[in-house]
Formats: sequence, structure tokens, C-alpha cells
Amino acid sequence: MAPLLEIKGLKTHFATDDGILQAVDGVDISINKGETLCVVGESGCGKTVTAMSILKLIAMPPGRIAAGQIIFEGRDLVPLTSNQLDEIRAKEIGFIFQEPMTSLNPVLTIGEQIAESLRRHEAVTKKQALERTIEMLKLVQIPNAEGRVHNYPHQFSGGMRQRVMIAMALACKPKLIIADEPTTALDVTIQAQILDLLQDMKDRFGMAVMLITHAMGVVAETAQRVVVMYAGKVVEEAPVDDLFGDPRHPYTQGLIRSIPRIDLDSEHKTRLEAIGGSVPILINPPVGCRFAPRCKFAMNVCTEKEPLLREIAPGHRMACHLGDPNLGAAS
Amino acid sequence: MSQYVLRRLLIAVPSLLAISLVLFVVLALAPGDPFSELATNPNVPPEVQAALRAKFGLDDPIYLRYLHWLNAMLHGDWGFSFVSRMNVDTLILQRLPATLYVIGSAQVLALLIAIPVGVYAATKPYSLFDQIANTLAFVGFSLPTFFTGILFILIFSVTLDWLPFVYTTDIKATGIRWVLEMIRQAIMPVAVLGLFQAASMTRFVRSAMLDVIRLDYVTTARAKGLGQTTVIVKHVMRNAMIPVVTLIALQMPAVFGGAIVTEQIFRIPGIGSLLISSILSNDTPVVMAVTFVFACLVVLFNLIADVLYGWLDPRISLR
Repeated sequence: MAPLLEIKGLKTHFATDDGILQAVDGVDISINKGETLCVVGESGCGKTVTAMSILKLIAMPPGRIAAGQIIFEGRDLVPLTSNQLDEIRAKEIGFIFQEPMTSLNPVLTIGEQIAESLRRHEAVTKKQALERTIEMLKLVQIPNAEGRVHNYPHQFSGGMRQRVMIAMALACKPKLIIADEPTTALDVTIQAQILDLLQDMKDRFGMAVMLITHAMGVVAETAQRVVVMYAGKVVEEAPVDDLFGDPRHPYTQGLIRSIPRIDLDSEHKTRLEAIGGSVPILINPPVGCRFAPRCKFAMNVCTEKEPLLREIAPGHRMACHLGDPNLGAAS
Repeated sequence: MSQYVLRRLLIAVPSLLAISLVLFVVLALAPGDPFSELATNPNVPPEVQAALRAKFGLDDPIYLRYLHWLNAMLHGDWGFSFVSRMNVDTLILQRLPATLYVIGSAQVLALLIAIPVGVYAATKPYSLFDQIANTLAFVGFSLPTFFTGILFILIFSVTLDWLPFVYTTDIKATGIRWVLEMIRQAIMPVAVLGLFQAASMTRFVRSAMLDVIRLDYVTTARAKGLGQTTVIVKHVMRNAMIPVVTLIALQMPAVFGGAIVTEQIFRIPGIGSLLISSILSNDTPVVMAVTFVFACLVVLFNLIADVLYGWLDPRISLR
């Protein structure tokens, strides 16, 4: 079965005063119908830019999709104009953003902001759009939806606003929801509620979810498949159990070790491990593996040759020279 | 809302009183008074002068004179112009329409230029259009109106002889001819004042738009597939106009001030040229009244700005 969305060799570059910033440099990601895919990585690894590139929501210029294909239901989105993409935005692919506090227009009621999406994509009257909006607000468990629909964003808390964002993204029943760190800006108890709600909605509408996050806890809880990104590249991709049970890339291993453990008793507790160093600047990045400067296992070959994604188990791919049979004795 | 306006108007009373006091004292301390002309006129004997001064209370202490003025003002008596030999309120009402007509049209022209140009430039920053708009705006607000005014007169009146360079209130025509003539003679002053205003306003609209266009909720709107026009007009402009409206409202008094210069150049018999001529001829009651009208305008436009602000931005509640 062909995947719902297939990103092939995507390169998104930004023109800056210091040169071309290669924010996304040859990323392959695919999402099947009804699947939850998590994209993880630390800040600046290109997760958000990848997601924004799908619907061309990055500022262009300075941003530019330099290469690659984004195939959604058999159609390449990259060559489409913004006008053509408008037919797909919200209707086929819905977006939930990171910052519920700033992602809603402060001068329009939330009802108007949800309804305008419906009115744009479906032949509904104003009244029908309002009814559908109230229905959506009820679905995302906003109390007193009939009254709240006429409220402005500042009259809602952060968690409630994120519910509004979800209602907005789901209004046209898209086949794919891209949620860019939907819980990062919320406090922990609300985070769990929002993730539950997303899961609920996914079960109800059967859409696919691409969840972008840097929290491994969120990944373990929600994902079926995980893509780990580092410095604009995919470094590992695996079903969620394989990734946590048998992480192969040193970066993934580092990420998993940096999760605080509450289940260990005090004598087994060790200092939480952190990955030293920081993400490289992606203007003229060094040849070879981009993680090499921070990698405990770095070899000579790592700074000379770029490791390519290779399948190491069914559905489990990673990009690292470690254990590469083609490198022979070097490993 | 109406309660808010009422309260704001009540708060305006003490500030207007303070303004009038300052104005009055400054004018009283300034050298010369309406009778200085009489002092040099040999046909008026000194005792008559003294009697007149006493009659009009010019030798009273300042506070008494202020209280007199205030009392008269409260009874609707704006004073008497010694130079024009008529009541000040009649004089102001005579001059006001010309000023309002010219300034009003100039503001409308400025808005009609600044908003579309500023908005369009902001949607395509650093494009050729933006660069040209920016350059013209820069030139526009660098050139003072007294320069462009005279330049316009030289080109369109003297050289080409298309437009009259003296503004008259007694056009000898009726009906449609009168209307056309009114428009024709206003073209130059309106263009000079309007283009000057438009220049700085364009820059302001552009930067207000650019501030908003990068915000998260604009990306949200784009993600809904709304299309460029809807995104810009409904989501960006609505928010960008909040500071612009405030600026325009707060600028209005300055516009009246700036119009004084334009009125002088084109000989428009408006309130600004009235102020200049009354200052030159020591016509204190008129100076006092006109400056006080300007002060009221400042207070009024501040109030309008606040009301508009509350109307445009639901986060601000006027209570």
C-alpha cells in the first residue's frame, strides 16, 4: 500500500547573511494512513522546518525547497503554487502549532477562526459553519461550547487554546494532522490531557498523525513509528518498541538515556546522562557524520564519509558507520 | 462604552482648564496687547486709552483677567477681536470650514495612498515596488511642505497655469461650476499636505504590517488555506491597523499645526492663517481662542484614539 505522505530527499534551505543554512538536508519520511508517526530530535534539528515545508508554510524567501519530493496521495506538493496548496491546507492536511498562546488571532473570536476554515473548504452557510464549529468545540471538550464560541482567544487558558487549535485543525476532517510540539508550551498535567485528546480524535476520525516533539516520554506514549532527526537529517527510523528496546544510533541511545527514570530504586539511580556539545550550525556543515563531534564512538571514517540510512532490521533503518559490514575491519 | 466616554470627557475638563490657564498666562506675559496700536496713534488721547484699558480690564491682575475670560467662555462669549472688529466665535466659524475641507481631504488622500501602498509593500518586502515606495516616502517626508508648496505653485500655476495659486472663499460661480472650482483650487494644498502625510504614514503602515505578518497566527491562517488576500486583509491588516489608527488620531493636532504653514503658502483663509495674522497683530483674544480650540482637538482626538483602540482590539475593555 502506498503511504499517505512520502517525503523523499527533502532539502529546505534558508538564505542568510552568512550563507545558505541547510536546515533540512535530504530527509526521507513516510506516513501511512491512520498511523501515528513521531519525529524527534533536539531544537534546531529541522523537525519543524520539515513539517512546515510540507504545506510550504515557511517564509519564502528566505526559505526555499531546494530539492526533493513531497508526495501526498500520489501527488507531488513541491511544484504546486501557494494557491493550489490552499486546496490541501486544512482540507487534507491539518496543522496544530506549538504555541497556543500566539497561534490564534487575538482580534477574532475563536468561532470565527474555526468557521472560516469550514467556509473556505466546504459549501456551508454561515449558520451551518457555526453549528459545526460548536460541535467541534464540544468534541474537544470545551465546556459551554455554545457560549464560548463567541469568545476571544485571550479569554481562554493555554490548554483550552490548544483544544481550540485541535478543533480548528480537525474541522475539515483532514486525512493527516501535523502537530508541531503541541504540548511543549503547556504544563505537564495539561500535556497528558492534550495527548489523550489527540489520540481520541485520531481513533474517531481515523486520520494519520505526524507528531513532532523533543520529549521522548511523549514518543513512548503515542507513537507507532519514530523518526529521529539530527542536524537536518534522519539518523534513525524504527517502530516504537524497537527504538526504545534496541536503539542503534549513538544519538538515539543518548536521547533515551537522557530520559529521567522514576522506576529505578535509589541504589540503581545514576546521574542523568546528557549528550555533550550542541547541534552544529548548518551553514557549510562539515563532511561526514554531523553527529561525529559529539559522538563517543566516533571513528576516522565518521569525519570523512557521510553515513547513509541502511536497513538493519525490518522497518528499522539508521545512518551510522557503527557495525556497517561494508566498512569491514574499521567497525 | 458611553459611560467610558462620559468619564473621559469629565477627566478632560480639568486638563482643559489647566491648558487654558497656561495659555492665558503665557499670552499675558508676552509683550504687546491689543491696545499697543492705540498707544502709537496720536489721534487717541492718553486718557481715552487709559479709560479703554480700564473698561476692558487690561490693567487688572492676571488671575482676575483669567477668571473674567473663563466666566465669559462658560457663557459662550469667546471674546471680541480688536483687529477684525467682530466676535471671535463668528471669526473662527467663518474660517473653520476652509481648514476642515483642506485638512480633511488631505487626510483622506494620505490614507488612500498610505494604506494600499504600505500594505502591498509589506507583503513583498525588499521587492522593486517596496524599494520605490520606500524611496519616495523618504523623499516625501524629507521635503517640507513650504518647499513642495512653492514648487507646486511654480510648476502648476506659474509655468503651466493649470491651477489657481490663491485660494478664495468667494468663488463667483454657482452650482456645479462652484463645486468644480472648489475642487480645482484645493488640489494643490490637498496634494502638498496629503502627500507629506502619506509619506510618513506609508512607512508606518508598512512596518506595522511587517510586525504582524511574521506572527504565529498568520501562519495559522495560511495553514487554513485561506489565500493571500484573506490572510492579509482579515488576519494581518486588522491587527496592524491598531497602532496605525492610534498614530493617525494622535497626529491629527500636529496636522492642524502643519496646516498653518500650508494655509500661509496657498493663502487659504483658514483657522491656521487666522492664528498667524492674529499673533502678528497682537490680537490676543483670537490667539487665545484658536490655541484653545487646538487644545480641545488634542483632547478630543486622544479620546477618539482610545475608543477606536477598544473597538479594534477586544483585549482592551473600556470601563
